[in-house]
Amino acid sequence: MSEQIPQLSGHDDATLDQAFAALQKQVRAGAAALSTDEARENFRLAWLGRKQGRLKLISDAWLKTAPVEAKKALGQRFNQLKTAIEAALESGHQASTSAGPGLDITLPGIRRAAGVEHPLTRTMREVVAVFEALGYSVGIGPEVETDFYNFEALNFPPNHPARDTQDTLVIADQEKKPGRERLLMRTHTSPVQIRSMIAQEPPLRLVIPGKVHRNDESDATHSPIFHQVEGLCVDTNITFSDLKGTLDHAMKSLFGSAVKTRFFPSFFPFTEPSADVQISCIFCGGKGCRKCKHSGWIELLGCGMVDPAVFAAVDQRRIELGREPAYGSNISGFAFGMGVERIAMMLYGISDIGLFYSGDLRFLEQFA
Amino acid sequence: MNILTHWLREYLPALEVSDRQLAEDLTLRGIAVEGVHEVAGGHLFEMDITTNRVDAMNHYGVAREAAAIYNIPLRKLDDECAPANVGAGYPVRIEAADLCGRFTAQIVRNVTIAPSTGIIAERFAQLGQKPISNAVDITNYTWLAMGHPTHVFDLDTLEGSIVVRRAREGEKLRLLDGSEKTLTADDLVVADEKKALALAGVMGGWDSRVTDTTKNILVEAAWFDPAAIRRSSRCHGLHTDASHRFERGADFAAAPVANRYVTHKLVELCSGTPDGPMTDVVIPEVEAKTANRPRIALSSPTVQRLLGTTLDGGEISPVLIEQYLEALGCSLHPASEVGCYEVKLPSWRLDLEREIDLIEEVARVYGYNRFADTLPGFSGGVDSLPHRAQEETIRNTLRAMGWNEVIGSTFASEEDAMLFAAQRTAVPMGNPLNAEAGVLRPTLLSGAASMLAANMHRDVRTARIFELGAVFTGDTQQVQEAQSLSMGAYGSPAASAIVSAKDGLFFEVKGTIEALLAQFELKSVEFRADSLPPWIAPGRGARVLVESKELGAFGELDAAYADRLKARETIVLGEMDAAVLLASPLRVPLVREPSRFQAVERDLSFFFADTVTWDQINSAVHNLHIAELTSVEPREIYRDAKGKAVAIGEYSLLLRVVLQARDRTLREEEVAASIERIITALKELGGRQRA
Ligand SMILES: [Zn+2]
Repeated sequence: MSEQIPQLSGHDDATLDQAFAALQKQVRAGAAALSTDEARENFRLAWLGRKQGRLKLISDAWLKTAPVEAKKALGQRFNQLKTAIEAALESGHQASTSAGPGLDITLPGIRRAAGVEHPLTRTMREVVAVFEALGYSVGIGPEVETDFYNFEALNFPPNHPARDTQDTLVIADQEKKPGRERLLMRTHTSPVQIRSMIAQEPPLRLVIPGKVHRNDESDATHSPIFHQVEGLCVDTNITFSDLKGTLDHAMKSLFGSAVKTRFFPSFFPFTEPSADVQISCIFCGGKGCRKCKHSGWIELLGCGMVDPAVFAAVDQRRIELGREPAYGSNISGFAFGMGVERIAMMLYGISDIGLFYSGDLRFLEQFA
Repeated sequence: MNILTHWLREYLPALEVSDRQLAEDLTLRGIAVEGVHEVAGGHLFEMDITTNRVDAMNHYGVAREAAAIYNIPLRKLDDECAPANVGAGYPVRIEAADLCGRFTAQIVRNVTIAPSTGIIAERFAQLGQKPISNAVDITNYTWLAMGHPTHVFDLDTLEGSIVVRRAREGEKLRLLDGSEKTLTADDLVVADEKKALALAGVMGGWDSRVTDTTKNILVEAAWFDPAAIRRSSRCHGLHTDASHRFERGADFAAAPVANRYVTHKLVELCSGTPDGPMTDVVIPEVEAKTANRPRIALSSPTVQRLLGTTLDGGEISPVLIEQYLEALGCSLHPASEVGCYEVKLPSWRLDLEREIDLIEEVARVYGYNRFADTLPGFSGGVDSLPHRAQEETIRNTLRAMGWNEVIGSTFASEEDAMLFAAQRTAVPMGNPLNAEAGVLRPTLLSGAASMLAANMHRDVRTARIFELGAVFTGDTQQVQEAQSLSMGAYGSPAASAIVSAKDGLFFEVKGTIEALLAQFELKSVEFRADSLPPWIAPGRGARVLVESKELGAFGELDAAYADRLKARETIVLGEMDAAVLLASPLRVPLVREPSRFQAVERDLSFFFADTVTWDQINSAVHNLHIAELTSVEPREIYRDAKGKAVAIGEYSLLLRVVLQARDRTLREEEVAASIERIITALKELGGRQRA
């Protein structure tokens, strides 16, 4: 490639454009045959060689003869030419290393995986968000509680079986303490309701996510460690139909607007009237399938109107703490609670509750 | 408990709905029918009734619920019996008046004992009730009909009056099941003047039982104290139909009805003849606490205020309140205020005590699903949890960098807890779930370590996990609970131009922590290599200090710990006091307009002794206070194990310095001068510039 140095016939833009277009054409012609390393090296030396490369020879010759005012324009064009030569080399290299004629766009993309949100965190966040949109505040509380907050104030009678160590995990050495001060693992998130009412006057709307513990045998659907989301709404004139409407709305927000709710009488010490709530099966739409045991319904929530005894216990404690009683007979409210594991297992088709606490990445990474 | 619908319908002549509809309507009112099975003449309902509703665990009780639901008449149970004839019958003396509130006795003579036939035999077969003899079957039939336990004695075995008394310490009694019991003063017995006859409310006695040769019978129907029966039944391990009912509170008013019902059937089916009137001994103090409880005030405005709107847009009317409660056995007396009542409670509903209990009954019988879905009006503000945003930032930042959230056990073995948190005290559990869960976890590290090891053993090649959760310290009298953040990683260490693959994992974790802390408004963040906790391999970790306070530590897991977990490869673990972060404000980005003038990059190549740290180099450059210095960073660090390109004990550093002014293009001389100052400073640190 010992072509001659072309002559430059003038320094006006048009002449320069023409001269450089000719050089670009030569570069493109050479670039067409750069499939081997050797050809590329020859091409590189021919154009970019430090001493005998055409680029150097031509630029030396043309710049030497150019008037000062034209040098800048010449310099810019030489830079463009150099870029074109380098691009030709690079694309020649790529063409020779890629297997096919172009991109194999069916190859997997290069991903940087984000970490996964734990399915229980995710489920709690989704449930909480529904109630936040309804104006609820988020409340939390300790996992180690006293008997007073976990049982007594929630209207559990003194000899209620839930208090037994067969049902409740207790901290060691509590026997000498007064009953209400005994430390235990909270068995539900309801103590946060009590703590909040003692601290705040109505109105109150709280949604309470959290970890709870019971002294249960583990099996595929039961774990001694599990999570709940509870809610509490207290004001003047809160009604049972408000409870129904709120939960119906929440279930539709969570599971789709086609979902129906159904309320059954139930019993909890801290609510009266109390209800269990079923939703129409989200898998079969209520026609009946294996997941709903062919009933068309899935039981999901416990709820009820706050028992007057709970309000009385709260006011009693407020008085003991030097606060004004605030939960008198003009106040009413409702509370509800649901098991987070149960919802997550249903939504994601999980059959072993233990997977949630295993840290098994083969399980968790499926939630990415 | 099982119910036959054809038996039920005897009490409800006006009941028109199908058995299946009845099952659904009962279930929706809390009288749950769990199964419906076809049998000759109707259906068998398998019931699941909560223990507070013992009154409904029999045919008449369920019929009463149906009558209330459909507003239809309920036949009187004793319609078919002869009118009451109460008076001085068989002599009865109640000595333990605190434990026995009522005792009725009726003599029936000349009975013929034989196997049951007819309706009783048929229904027992359908219900799976074991037949014994016509007289005993009658008591069981009465139990199934109305839920009140009764007993029949062979009258000719009795010696003198019936005496209801506490047992004598050590007194012996052979029961119907053949077992011989030694009684204590805590047991209540039905006795005669000479001997104990039966363990009251639990089981009859062997010697006074009705046999094939029995001619004359004494019928007992009584009311016993729930606590006394519970004590006896627990103490002797005897759980019978009778004890089940008496423990939960029987119907005080039902005793004479049950007695007359049994007597009527003995006449009808065993051709017996009543002899004299029925004895009925009543203890008024007990009657006052059961059948004659004080009336409860009920106000219909309160009912409406609590229950709200019905599907038809209205409210529960006083007419409905009266209808439902009277159908359930209450009697409503108008009080002075309009819409208010004084309610006399039925003797069989000991679960009703307060106004709210009556309101629940109204809602229940009306049907929960006939109330409208309304939403409460909004009053009051929304208080956000103070550290909600911080918690989300921690989770989101870590997840964005590829870390997966885990949730671990709240408990740990004491051994693990002490290995990872020797300086803290772990709180022991009183009834631990198992040996591995003896204490409340004082650290998240042991859980993270075992999760990582478990993943390794499952051949998961890389792991990045974090947990944000509570840890517990203190003692059994005072437990301190705090939020903690753990991080754990193994696999795919990222080598770069400045760190080797061997150190890559440590620096990845460090980088993650730096990025996380950068989300918070912290005055200072420091990493220190000294005083590492024992779980970090010596020289392979760092403590993190925030505003000069200890935040936590991270580093490669010590070899002894790794061996214990059978970990095949390097694990990096870390734990930080999340409470500090949760209490810190989030950083609000302060934005400066990018400079319009070009930045100048200069790469400097130096040799340094291994003892010179990046921190020293970085500080030396920054301490020059060059106003235009926008960044200084290591681009490449190289050591040569052979000592050829770089001498042993030294490393080469390629340093990139960026200079940029906000108000002008930097002149070449300015740049050169700044670079010269930097070179001088680095030489003062012992650096040699590479040629
Ligand atoms: Zn289904």
